[in-house]
Amino acid sequence: MPNCKTVVPYRGTPEQEERLRQVIAEHKGQPGATMPVLQAAQEIFGYLPEEVQIMVAEGLDIPLSEVYGVASFYAQFTLNPKGKYQISICLGTACYVKGAAAILNAVEQKLGIVPGTITPDGKFSLDSCRCVGACGLAPVMMINNDVYGRLTPDQVGPILDMYK
Amino acid sequence: MDEKMVSLRINNIPVTVPAGTTVLEAARSAGFNIPSLCFLKDVNEIGACRICVVEVKGAKSLVASCVYPVAEGMEVFTNTERVRKSRQLTLELILSNHRMDCLTCARNSECELRQLASDLGIDAVRYASDNMYPQIEDSAPHLVRDNSKCVLCRRCTAVCRATQEVGVIGCNDRGFATHIGCAFDRDLNEVDCVSCGQCIVACPTGALSEKDDTGKVLAALADPKKHVVVGPAPSIRVTLGECFGMPIGTNVEGKMVTALRRLGFDKVFDVDTAADFTIMEEGTEFLSRLNGGGKLPLITSCSPGWIRYMEQHAPDMISNVSTCRSPQQMFGALVKTYYAETMGIDPDDIFVVSIMPCTAKKYEVRREEQRLPNGCMPVDVSLTTRELGRMITQAGMLFDHLPDGEFDEMLGISTGAAAIFGASGGVMEAALRTVVEELTGGDMAPMEYHEVRGMEGVKEASYELPGRTVRVCVASGLHNVKLVLDGIRDGSLHYDFVEFMACPGGCINGGGQPIQHADVRNFTDIKALRAAALYKQDEGMEYRRSHKNPVVQTVYHSYLGEPGGHKAHELLHCTYIKQKRYRV
Repeated sequence: MPNCKTVVPYRGTPEQEERLRQVIAEHKGQPGATMPVLQAAQEIFGYLPEEVQIMVAEGLDIPLSEVYGVASFYAQFTLNPKGKYQISICLGTACYVKGAAAILNAVEQKLGIVPGTITPDGKFSLDSCRCVGACGLAPVMMINNDVYGRLTPDQVGPILDMYK
Repeated sequence: MDEKMVSLRINNIPVTVPAGTTVLEAARSAGFNIPSLCFLKDVNEIGACRICVVEVKGAKSLVASCVYPVAEGMEVFTNTERVRKSRQLTLELILSNHRMDCLTCARNSECELRQLASDLGIDAVRYASDNMYPQIEDSAPHLVRDNSKCVLCRRCTAVCRATQEVGVIGCNDRGFATHIGCAFDRDLNEVDCVSCGQCIVACPTGALSEKDDTGKVLAALADPKKHVVVGPAPSIRVTLGECFGMPIGTNVEGKMVTALRRLGFDKVFDVDTAADFTIMEEGTEFLSRLNGGGKLPLITSCSPGWIRYMEQHAPDMISNVSTCRSPQQMFGALVKTYYAETMGIDPDDIFVVSIMPCTAKKYEVRREEQRLPNGCMPVDVSLTTRELGRMITQAGMLFDHLPDGEFDEMLGISTGAAAIFGASGGVMEAALRTVVEELTGGDMAPMEYHEVRGMEGVKEASYELPGRTVRVCVASGLHNVKLVLDGIRDGSLHYDFVEFMACPGGCINGGGQPIQHADVRNFTDIKALRAAALYKQDEGMEYRRSHKNPVVQTVYHSYLGEPGGHKAHELLHCTYIKQKRYRV
């Protein structure tokens, strides 16, 4: 399950928490408050860790299971922060037929994480995407703004090693 | 009553029903059963599973009859080719994602899904998956969840969220990955589950079941060094018969005692007797708070589901809650002290088994604060009614052939006051029988307090007693408990004495009671039938007030001293602690 509990420690600041409290206060008691509050929470913190979802649950006086149910249902919500280096592997049609699955597999093996998650040191986060517009270079991997094309699985390790 | 009536035709048969009735209910009054799966009246009415679909003339698609209201002139068809094909296909798809190990499943022949497959004439599942493995979550002391048998009907999440207002389980993820679980897929023992077990009795399949402890009991019975003592809770005698197909509300006390004896227990005592001790202690505590200016309202402590809820969700009420152990724990405490010392048996050799309507009791017996001054835990194993039923069946006993037996007297004589503990309002009435007599100082005190009886979620009454008015409240089901707590906190509700039970209707509807299918629960008030059997038992009892119980009088006189005294406090009372709701 890609959207599982993050392994990165929570580093929310008092300022961020205060902003969330304000948003909760604005929405409390309104029907359908969970969605806008979670959207705002993700904007404030960048993701929705357990600590933040507990604040939402207690603030809106609804069970944490309900908050998590919504957060895990919608693809727009992420339970993991983005890493220092954001890896994105294209699984669009062209990349896929050129062996993107093997590239993704190589990254997963190297880092020990699956798409949607982050390494415990917060360095790498991994996602898949649909077409970066460089089909001629398929299969393609992006790390932040760097594009790597015509990849083979054995190139993955040395590339990742360049990011410290 | 000025109810608006609606006339319609179901399978060409005219019926007239009150406006607002669903098609499913209206069909029943015309003599037609519409199969259903996710529908659990007043708990889960979401029309999601599509098993109960019917044809309504003029409607474009089939409609879910469990949530579809009747309308004037409506023509409904419940058994057309189109309806049958649709239901069969839906059920086939549900079964395709259900691990069918029916022969060895905990629910086995009691499974609603299996019944449905038979009722709908499913003879093969064309899409059966061949890679279904158990997905066992058994972290909590009371429950096992196997999501490979879950059909996502959401009856469990609805009862947890709405009826109990605990909401520790919900639907996680989406699409084919959708599954029932706790937030962040934490284990159940990591979240604020109160162990009430209402999810288990709501589940149509074997996805949820109590943790089976019968093996531990059988091992103790087979151990010649163990002196194995058993005691059933007040409500067990009016529900156990359901395990053997008897009508709901049959009192089988005598047969139950014989069955326990034939299972090999060395002593068959009665937790009813311990319930009488509870009244002595709780009544004394109430009078001392009432007269001595102690904290009011006093809130009862018999229901371990309520206690756990209080410790996690309402720790500000700790000082309002009676320090009395629950009757189960008082029972174990008396067996391992008074009984052990009187008989000269080492309490370490005594193995106490309680038969409970309750899954939270499995959690309660492990609580460290319950340990006795002699180092023993009061109760070793707590079995549910269902587990006892299975033990009796597996021992080859023909339950309805059993002769009536009698409890062992030393801790086996009880009163009508104890008998009614099993129904919501019973503890309050039992306490009033003793307390009002004490306050009015004579035998003129009434025996029955009908204001606190019945299956309403919240009941209130006030009694004019010499010198003051005593205001009482009874609530069952944690949603109702929360309503009352909120009122007490904000000052809108004022009571002196409050009874809270975690399960709606009290112990007779506990999470450990025999499971009745939704198509019974939807149309029969099983709570009322079971409770009525307890009140009937009470009427026929020789003693009806706890303090008249000769065992109670003997034990206080010869062993405990005064109710509320030092020794009674050591053995029959306990403490509570604030508990965290979240683990981060």
